[in-house]
Amino acid sequence: MKNFDAIKHVRGESQFVDDILVPQGLLYGYVFYSTIAHGKIKKLDYSNALKIDGVIDVITAKDIPGENQIGGIIQDENLFAEETVHFVGHPIALVVAENQLQAHAGARAIECGFEKLPAIFDPREAFEKGEVIVPPRIFSLGDVNKAWKECDYIVEGKVESGGQEHLYLEVQGSFAYPTEGNGIKIISATQNPTAVQRTSARVLGIPMHKVEVDVVRLGGGFGGKEDQATAWAVMTALAAKKLNRPIKLILPRQEDIRLTGKRHSYSSDFKIGLKSSGKIISYEVTFYQNGGAAADLSPAILERTLFHTTNSYYIPNVRATGISCRTNLPSNTAFRGFGGPQAMFVMESAIYKAAQVMGVDPSFIQKKNLLKEGDEFPYGQKTKNCRAVRCYEEVESRYRISEIKKSIDEFNQTNRLYKKGVALMPVCFGISFTTTFLNQASALVHVYTDGSVSISTAAVEMGQGVNMKLHHIAAKMFSIDPKRVKIDTTNTSRVANTSPTAASKGADLNGYATIDACEIILKRLKKVAADELKKEDPSKIEIKNEIIFYDGNKTELIWQKLINAAYLKRVSLSAQAHHATPNIYFDREKSKGEPFAYHVYGTAIVEATLDCLRGTYTIDSVKVVHDFGESLFPIIDKGQAEGGIVQGIGWMTCEEVMHDKEGKLLTDALSTYKVPDIHFAPKDIQINFLEDVPNPYGPFKSKAIGEPPFMYGIGAFFAIMNAMRSFRPKMEIELKAPLTPERVLLSLYSEIPELTLQNK
Amino acid sequence: MINFILNNKTISTDSPLGITLLDFIRKEEHLTGTKEGCREGDCGACTILIGDLIDNKVKYKSANSCLMPLGDVDGKHVVTIEGINQDELTPVQEALVDEGGTQCGFCTPGFVVSLTGYFLTHEAINPIEAIDSMNGNICRCTGYAGIKRAAIKSTSLFNGLKRISTEDLVNKKFLPDYFLEIPKRLIELQKLRDKSKSGNGLPDKRVLVSGGTDLYVQKWESLIDEDLFFISDVNELKGISIEDNRIKIGGATTVSEIENSPILQQYFPNLKNDLRLFGSIPIRNRATIGGNIVNASPIGDLTNILLALNSTLHLTNGKSKREIFLKDFYKGYKTLDKLEDEIIAAVSFRIPRENSFFNFEKVSKRTYLDIASVNSSMYLELSDGIIVEVHISAGGVAPIPLYLARTREFLLNKNISDEVISDAAEIATSEISPISDARGSAEYKTLLLRQLILAHFIKLFPELIDIGELV
Ligand SMILES: Cc1cc2nc3c(=O)[nH]c(=O)nc-3n(C[C@H](O)[C@H](O)[C@H](O)COP(=O)(O)OP(=O)(O)OC[C@H]3O[C@@H](n4cnc5c(N)ncnc54)[C@H](O)[C@@H]3O)c2cc1C
Ligand code: FES
Ligand code: FES
Repeated sequence: MKNFDAIKHVRGESQFVDDILVPQGLLYGYVFYSTIAHGKIKKLDYSNALKIDGVIDVITAKDIPGENQIGGIIQDENLFAEETVHFVGHPIALVVAENQLQAHAGARAIECGFEKLPAIFDPREAFEKGEVIVPPRIFSLGDVNKAWKECDYIVEGKVESGGQEHLYLEVQGSFAYPTEGNGIKIISATQNPTAVQRTSARVLGIPMHKVEVDVVRLGGGFGGKEDQATAWAVMTALAAKKLNRPIKLILPRQEDIRLTGKRHSYSSDFKIGLKSSGKIISYEVTFYQNGGAAADLSPAILERTLFHTTNSYYIPNVRATGISCRTNLPSNTAFRGFGGPQAMFVMESAIYKAAQVMGVDPSFIQKKNLLKEGDEFPYGQKTKNCRAVRCYEEVESRYRISEIKKSIDEFNQTNRLYKKGVALMPVCFGISFTTTFLNQASALVHVYTDGSVSISTAAVEMGQGVNMKLHHIAAKMFSIDPKRVKIDTTNTSRVANTSPTAASKGADLNGYATIDACEIILKRLKKVAADELKKEDPSKIEIKNEIIFYDGNKTELIWQKLINAAYLKRVSLSAQAHHATPNIYFDREKSKGEPFAYHVYGTAIVEATLDCLRGTYTIDSVKVVHDFGESLFPIIDKGQAEGGIVQGIGWMTCEEVMHDKEGKLLTDALSTYKVPDIHFAPKDIQINFLEDVPNPYGPFKSKAIGEPPFMYGIGAFFAIMNAMRSFRPKMEIELKAPLTPERVLLSLYSEIPELTLQNK
Repeated sequence: MINFILNNKTISTDSPLGITLLDFIRKEEHLTGTKEGCREGDCGACTILIGDLIDNKVKYKSANSCLMPLGDVDGKHVVTIEGINQDELTPVQEALVDEGGTQCGFCTPGFVVSLTGYFLTHEAINPIEAIDSMNGNICRCTGYAGIKRAAIKSTSLFNGLKRISTEDLVNKKFLPDYFLEIPKRLIELQKLRDKSKSGNGLPDKRVLVSGGTDLYVQKWESLIDEDLFFISDVNELKGISIEDNRIKIGGATTVSEIENSPILQQYFPNLKNDLRLFGSIPIRNRATIGGNIVNASPIGDLTNILLALNSTLHLTNGKSKREIFLKDFYKGYKTLDKLEDEIIAAVSFRIPRENSFFNFEKVSKRTYLDIASVNSSMYLELSDGIIVEVHISAGGVAPIPLYLARTREFLLNKNISDEVISDAAEIATSEISPISDARGSAEYKTLLLRQLILAHFIKLFPELIDIGELV
């Protein structure tokens, strides 16, 4: 079966927000925002803006009929700044004009004066000054204090990981228009239509039923449109309401990068204790999360950091402290992995450093500590169907890791200016929203009288292939030609109270809901079929490839006729079903529970080549054995793995979010923020599906896939580091990502003092 | 009024010539398959193909429609994704679907256009080049693996075929059959083209646009209402020739034309490879040598190369002509020894002498489609092992594209040795004044320039050097 969405994509026929035909009288918005990181607004004069040709209005906090509040988890974020601004990029007003150029010109004409206040950008500094978003969280297992005594080696260190810009190819955008009876319709590129609906209702001061949010698809989300698509959608709703005109707001790329949050940068301290055998006995870690100005999803992301503190390892004594720090940057937000990658990078760094001290290969320590069946995570859950060891061993043997290492050693011995390095990266990732109540979804299925089927769910398609998976599920459930199925837009009037499409859970939750809704209709259809065929037992009816079978025998009845018969018999051809993940819970007071439906496992081998003269490198290959369960759609799952890996490599290497001393983003364009291109991506990516691993907790025995492969990219850091150490065996190891060519070169040549002095 | 063919449709328009082709396509023609991802030539979501008549044949090249002024498509054929679509998927499209080459789909039309463009612009097909044809397209979803598989798969349809023609592509459904009529239609259209364009100086109050790859990044909004002077089609400003023992390159010659010039390939066998580090294919198809020089960016790659070739600029304002060494052209940050109405008609440099060597080095955060953190070029002549002539440039380390005069002085009349090279690198780093920015700290740029100076010698004279002593 071909991916129906992909067919539209390659023809350029898929519609993104800016492609949808717009209603008459459309106006355009442009966001006017703070140019300082922290301060009081002393003056806001937009009279000159209103004089500009085409400018219709300037919308500010004063125009808000409801609450100026868009915070999700914590109510600490306004739509428009009123008295104070908290980061460069803090929205102050929306200029509305006949076209985009005029709106931009209007924004330039606004006069705004600030009185600067001290600003904080560093999370540790914020913590010292008491600027935390929520009180620190602690996860623990065993007793670290006692355990240190048992250790032969204790190693401490500091680890830094940088932010990451989502760089979804489609920028943030929305358009909204008033509907009758004081209503509003919003077409938004959001992963979270209900958040847009709820927040718009709050800001406009109207009930949620008057707000209809429709999402066709996103040109990439990666978490960046989970919470942070909301503001722009609400702005268009607000302006549309006030002016009684349709309004479109598409953030220009530079504003998109400047105004929205990124993956949280983290600064962390670790202490790890091991036996000489390589067994990790004790691990203590403190994560300082750079939250930005408002809470956004930071507390939940921090929590996931804590959940993934020990990555794929069993450690009997753990104490992990997470601190979400408030700084004067745009609120950092969800990004593929949701805090997990930051935790795993620290864990792997600790192992790496320990291995160096012990004089062993990090994989020696990794292997000694991999999770086994029944092992307990620091949050109390025990592993079930654990495949950590299997994936690790399978990737090692499939690719003959010892031969890889040998040939790298030979290469490094014969080459002076080029060195190679290899690293293994195991991953264990928990599946479910760790906020338990979000683990619910519903589906609405209609069968029309012509036999075609429409499916509406809470899932938002953003490239992860959830539409095609649901499509596949529905066609399989009814056993009909997939061409009969259409996955409809995600719409709050059709499917209400949706959870965001996030946490890799879209296909699981909505897949189950779709199965259930189809099941309801099927049950009715079987009864109709039995009636039609004048048979007794509806349970003996089966549909196979659109043909109705009774008791295993083919009948005359076909899908199309059956549907028609049901309709004439006045049997409902629509059904709605709700699904909630069973048996999960988490006690936030104790930080214990069973938060995850299941875990995903896998291991990657990453190889890199370093140019020791220039400090540049290539990531040559990534070879993976991954537990996909029984894949619903292998080419989609493989693509998720490949794409996640390259994004993860980007985070570890070339993607560097940089600010100046005033908190202004320096890397606010594709020309300065570099994501992997076709040549930077590894030449050789091999994804192997672990065989014969049905997942009892996923639809049709499948497993979630969106996030876990991202973390294989962490291996790139250590592969490059190994190559560097082969060139400079005595080099000091700095555990700081991204490992840009700049960091590489400065580390390799740190002992050339005269050069560094000259230009100070 | 300009006339051109957009896909299969002849267009005559009075729209402002300074609007981008992207806006014309999306907003005026409502063809939304061409996407806007960045408006600065860095994502490729807006990639289109431009076909122009050369000797009565249509030659296509890819371009970023976000940086291309509408005025520059007069008399040409513009192809968007909609102009490639047929009833069934083309082999390129089908391969992308089957191999998982698309996820969210936003980047995808750009990839389809680039890859289809590859088949249309190359007679001999190979998978490595096919993959490289997408070097200007960013995909954030797929990790490119499926895209590469699709490229390999679609090239395999031409296995064994030595030359492929438009007819072949139409037969194999890579292209719709209206493509076969385009040459005839363009011949007719070009009769209407404005023939008064010339390279004789810049008329008063007009803004000169060459490839537009700098101008449109810097100020696309304000160019809409300007009176633009387009030179990209002015023949007298184009081309590469040899005159009086000098190689002369017309001011409006593109980087792609330089890459593919047989003359330059003969004298600088590595140049084609070096220029792969310049932007992307669609950028190189538009970016010109004159624009690179006049833009005066300290990291300009062509400028960097030309400085080391000790090039001369040929300026004209229609009334008079003058020549000036490139190294004397830059007076300060973006200030030039150039009058308002002067155009760079050409750049020339001496044909490399026997026993001469040339090398170009560029390091950036991402190797391809990135601006240099530091770049450097070196031209050097040896006689009996002694350096008898040398020019070295350094980019990204000063407010202007830098000619390293003191390093040259030091190297002249010396033998190549570890010590000399090491000292030369040292001297080079004392000639510079880098600043810290998104491309690197001053400390890094200083170190990097040292490394690149070493790299010149290590690459050109490995046998004369003990690497162990240097690094
Ligand atoms: C995505 C991207 C990647 C890039 N990568 C690189 C790179 O790797 N290396 C690099 O060096 N550059 C790079 N550039 C910059 C740019 O492409 C080059 O500087 C290019 O050579 C500019 O030429 P142009 O014809 O497009 O200039 P235009 O934008 O047309 O003009 C630039 C300026 O020069 C003037 N001008 C142009 N031609 C003449 C002439 N003949 N006489 C007088 N004045 C003239 C114009 O009036 C204008 O002021 C990149 C740009 C983009 C958008
Ligand atoms: S829009 Fe990104 S290259 Fe044109
Ligand atoms: S498929 Fe989403 S950016 Fe390429």
